[in-house]
Amino acid sequence: MNRQIARLALVGVGLLTALIVGTTYWQTWASASLADRQDNEIQRVAQFSIRRGLIRASDGTILASNRIKKVGGQKLYLRRYPQGSLFAHLVGYSTQSRSRAGLESSLNDYLTGSNSNLGTVLDTTLDKIRGATIKGNDVWLTVKPGPQRVAMQQLAGKCGSVVALDPRNGKVLVLAARPTYDPNLVESKFARINNIRAACRPAAPLLNRATDGLYTPGSTFKVVTASAALDSGKFTPESRFDDPGYCIEYGQKVRNAGNPEAPETFGSVDLVTGLEHSINSVFCNIGKALGAGRVLGTAKQFGFYEDPPLETPGNERAPSGLYHGAKLFKPKDPATQVDPGRLAFGQEALLATPLQMAMVAAGIADGGVVMEPHAVDRVVSPKGGIVTRTHPRKYRRATTTRTAREITSMMVGAVENGTGTAAQIPGIQVAGKTGTAETGVQGRYTSWFICFAPADNPRVAVAVVLQNQTGFGGQVSAPIAKAVMEAILAGKSNP
Amino acid sequence: MSLRNRELANLVVVGALTALGFASVYIARQDVVSTASLSYALFFFALYLAAHLVGRLTVPYADPYLLPMAALLTAVGLTEIYRLNPSDAFRQGLWIVVALGAFAATLFLLRHDYRQLESYKYLFGVSAIVLLVLPALPVLGTTVNGARLWIHVGSLQFQPGELAKVFLIVFLAGYLREKREVLAQGRLKDFGPLLLIWGGAMLVLVETNDLGSALLYFGIFLAMLYVATARALYVGIGAALFLAGALVVYHFVGHVRDRVTIWLHPWTDHAVYCPINGKLLPRQDCASYQLVKSLYSVGHGGWFGTGLGKGTFRTTGGGELIPYLNTDFIYSALAQELGLVGVAALLLVYMLFAARGFKIAMLSDDGFSKLLAVGLTFAFALQTFIIVGGILRLIPLTGITLPFISYGGSSVVANFILLAGLLLVANRANAERG
Repeated sequence: MNRQIARLALVGVGLLTALIVGTTYWQTWASASLADRQDNEIQRVAQFSIRRGLIRASDGTILASNRIKKVGGQKLYLRRYPQGSLFAHLVGYSTQSRSRAGLESSLNDYLTGSNSNLGTVLDTTLDKIRGATIKGNDVWLTVKPGPQRVAMQQLAGKCGSVVALDPRNGKVLVLAARPTYDPNLVESKFARINNIRAACRPAAPLLNRATDGLYTPGSTFKVVTASAALDSGKFTPESRFDDPGYCIEYGQKVRNAGNPEAPETFGSVDLVTGLEHSINSVFCNIGKALGAGRVLGTAKQFGFYEDPPLETPGNERAPSGLYHGAKLFKPKDPATQVDPGRLAFGQEALLATPLQMAMVAAGIADGGVVMEPHAVDRVVSPKGGIVTRTHPRKYRRATTTRTAREITSMMVGAVENGTGTAAQIPGIQVAGKTGTAETGVQGRYTSWFICFAPADNPRVAVAVVLQNQTGFGGQVSAPIAKAVMEAILAGKSNP
Repeated sequence: MSLRNRELANLVVVGALTALGFASVYIARQDVVSTASLSYALFFFALYLAAHLVGRLTVPYADPYLLPMAALLTAVGLTEIYRLNPSDAFRQGLWIVVALGAFAATLFLLRHDYRQLESYKYLFGVSAIVLLVLPALPVLGTTVNGARLWIHVGSLQFQPGELAKVFLIVFLAGYLREKREVLAQGRLKDFGPLLLIWGGAMLVLVETNDLGSALLYFGIFLAMLYVATARALYVGIGAALFLAGALVVYHFVGHVRDRVTIWLHPWTDHAVYCPINGKLLPRQDCASYQLVKSLYSVGHGGWFGTGLGKGTFRTTGGGELIPYLNTDFIYSALAQELGLVGVAALLLVYMLFAARGFKIAMLSDDGFSKLLAVGLTFAFALQTFIIVGGILRLIPLTGITLPFISYGGSSVVANFILLAGLLLVANRANAERG
């Protein structure tokens, strides 16, 4: 019998060994993927026992703080957003029931002190051993509450977005979008967010339109086309065009903006006038001469076809470019697949995010160099030491310094005596470009304005987009851009 | 050092560990628990000291490691139950007192010769069947989680299946000792009892809707049959019959089918029909809710765990994140708080316990003793595998207690009787060897 007992003992030990192997699998190998599951609340609830770091604006205004709740004798640090909806899309939320969004999601490791920087690891380990509350790192952002508030007020009642960058270093100064939501409602009053109605459908208040909203850029894209034209050497600002009010493509007339029966007609013009008055036929002809590939190539140099760089989660940012349906379309042979004339003035199937168009304005403003946009200035440990600091980084050279200078003076012309006069600021030279994209619905436009100022030494670059407008970009979007630029240039940092 | 002194030394170590465990729960949760927690450790130690003294009187030559290991496991269980719900720990403490009473009574009653049990084997067999059938009776039975495993007398609940397990092992040890030569010859008519037991196990499965218990009883039966007859073929035939039976049950009993579906596909990307509320939900939010939440708890523990008293079992609103933590899922609570390092050590204790049990079986020199020790030991190991394996998704999850650790009176009592049985066999084997 002993031989059988020995064999049975092996079976018994084998079964228990299988349990050790199984436990090892779930606790090491599969642990991370379990933690990532949407319905796994343990990780999130567990992190509520960490004193989460604060999120502050550039002037120190607290955008996310904690309120302490005691549950079963345990101190929990639940989130509170003192500024309500002001920075909802950028800051996001951290909740138990609906997980996390925005910087609260992407910077979770810093905010909970689980980032792998040596100092943080040391501090949290010591706290763990002592049984003390683990403290997360504070995050300081680059955004300015004053101008942000101006932008949100200007957008009130509309669907749209305002993005302002510092072209010299890529700092995000304003990242505003409407409709918006109050992040304090996400945890337990989400129905109220679901019920938000707006001047557009769907209202999608959670959508960060600044980085994830895709809109036809229309004539603002002419800045990109003009860069491609000047860089190619085939055109100069003095190049002359004859504008009959339309351009011929594939045997069809592509008309200028205005009344379809009697479009604007300018006759013989140069490129400067073409941009100042946003003449479609001029750019249509440039597009045909350069080819779609070349125009798209320059667009990529400005950041098209890539997620716009920012610290928010990747799924809250969308790449700009040509789209087929909901999918980014990367033409293998642009010469045959893309209509170069319509692409040149930003129609075709072209879609862009407000952040992307702000990067275009900032690239021209900074002498052709696009600086990497960033909203996080620094991460500070609970003791006050710097955990990490964002240094300005060159994202890409989009165009030559000379081209940038030439386009700047054309954009100045557009504001001084062209389509963008509503953006004029007394005493400060503004460079800007309007855009009024057709939406497919007669009389409804996506109205754009991109600009920067002061033109000779730019400190701010802005992109404004409004959905479902009856007015042109120069009429409805330029005044918003003006107000935001004024707020930033005045150096108003008080809320 | 004599065997009993060695046992005492081991118990002192266990006592110190228990004090440490309660102290760490106290430190982590001093807002909720009081210094009274430390008195638990003291009380606990005194209790085991008493058990040890009973052992000195009745089984002086018994294995010196089994009682300390059982003490360690109950201590771990009690500490975790205390951490989860102090009032449950008080009740569990009372049950441990009752269990040690049963332990002492068993040792006293059978101190001269436990082998007299062999003559009452049919009484044990019939008692086991009666105990198993009790919950199915309409007046006594209670359905918990779709399985009829409980009986209630007044406010008292009892799970008779736990005791039936021990009785069944005594019966099988006696019966197989007597019939092992005949059975080994393989004449068909001798397999009547085998088929009877198989039918019985299936009946229990159908009646109580409980795959885990059926698997446990049948596993014990096959293991003991194999040791008695040395015919691996019987195990094969038995397993095949069990599988065939399980397949039939799978097709006709929805509860069993659900368990298997949950086991194979706990997560779905799309909404499926939820039998609990009739809505369409992802399965992880409905049928496999328990399994999935418990796996999250295990996963959250990682290498070193959160530390005793530091685990996350409640939502920010105070609601439960993981259901049935005290009983069926206590392993997932321990896995979260002790981490892989802690629960692997715990599983090693289970393994050592089983190893000592098998050693006792090998050392004893009569068939009844061998079969009894093998049955008790294998039951202990298999039960551990069925519940923890279910939690870890190695097999379909069925609600069954984790020996010595889970909250639950019947389970603790039955396991201490099991321990007493092993000590009795060990005492006799060691005494005879001098």
